[in-house]
Amino acid sequence: MSEPRLVEVRKNVLKQNDLCARDLRRRFRDAGITVVSLVSSPGSGKTAFLEQTLTMLQPRHRVAALVGDLATENDAARLARSQAPVKQIVTGTVCHLDAAMVRAAIDFWLPDRLDFLFIENVGNLVCPSAFDLGEHLRLVLLSVTEGEDKPLKYPTIFNTADVAILTKLDLARAVEFDAPLCERNIHIVLPGMRVLKVSAKSGEGMDAWLEMLSSLRAECRATYSG
Amino acid sequence: MHELSIALSIVELAEEEAAERSVRVTAVHLKLGRLSGVVRDALLASYEMAAEGTALAGSRLVIEDIPVLGFCPGCNARRTLEGAVWFVCPVCESPISEIVAGRELEVYALEIRE
Repeated sequence: MSEPRLVEVRKNVLKQNDLCARDLRRRFRDAGITVVSLVSSPGSGKTAFLEQTLTMLQPRHRVAALVGDLATENDAARLARSQAPVKQIVTGTVCHLDAAMVRAAIDFWLPDRLDFLFIENVGNLVCPSAFDLGEHLRLVLLSVTEGEDKPLKYPTIFNTADVAILTKLDLARAVEFDAPLCERNIHIVLPGMRVLKVSAKSGEGMDAWLEMLSSLRAECRATYSG
Repeated sequence: MHELSIALSIVELAEEEAAERSVRVTAVHLKLGRLSGVVRDALLASYEMAAEGTALAGSRLVIEDIPVLGFCPGCNARRTLEGAVWFVCPVCESPISEIVAGRELEVYALEIRE
């Protein structure tokens, strides 16, 4: 038998979830949908932010949302006030959403002719970071009441997201929130990460967020048709 | 513990390559970045199990650890970072602006016998 020799291969190893996420991304592409997911700790204001986003987008866009929680359909009920189609994923004891759960949820449900689908993950700053859901943009939300050093304590969730949203800006003064320090900490865990500051309550910063969504939509459409 | 499913994917990938080239694979060389989220020892332990009963049975998994490499705008240079958590330049302490390497999970070579 001949001597062993090395041949170059250079192939990325895809994890099981990545394969499913890749299928989802293809499906979203075929349907022309832009998909945004949200991760954060419990109580950071994901649902309020999303409700406001759905309401503001509704006049001009067809939107829908999936929302994951361990128990209850409370969030779906809240989001449904925006009049957008909303579906709750109850995960039981599972602490995150994965691509297969998203696939199961959209089968026979995903409305026709949709512009945006939002996926609100289970409130958890650890586990959701490892699971690609086929989204185009992943937001990590951090409320001003949580402390400026949270990105340093939970680096992976920031590192795997695309944009950081600082929420509850209306409370910033009351809790003496140090925005530059928080932004510096975010950039330590993800260099160059985009940061938006918003208050779903007062509406501050929401316009900049909607602008970001329309450029994302334009980018998606350009790649979809190209 | 997703290392077993990753080991299965590695074995599958190597099996396909081996079948395509009609060769026997004796070792799989993998680049594993410190930011890949994969635990080296767990992957090595899973590999043997994953390869059992396949064409890769008895082969070795050779792992090359890839440290995190970042670009520091302060030094205008690439810097190897100690950890895999905080991205601060070890020399001037500025936040680094770009991660150049460290996310790899790549089969880059196969050791084969014809």
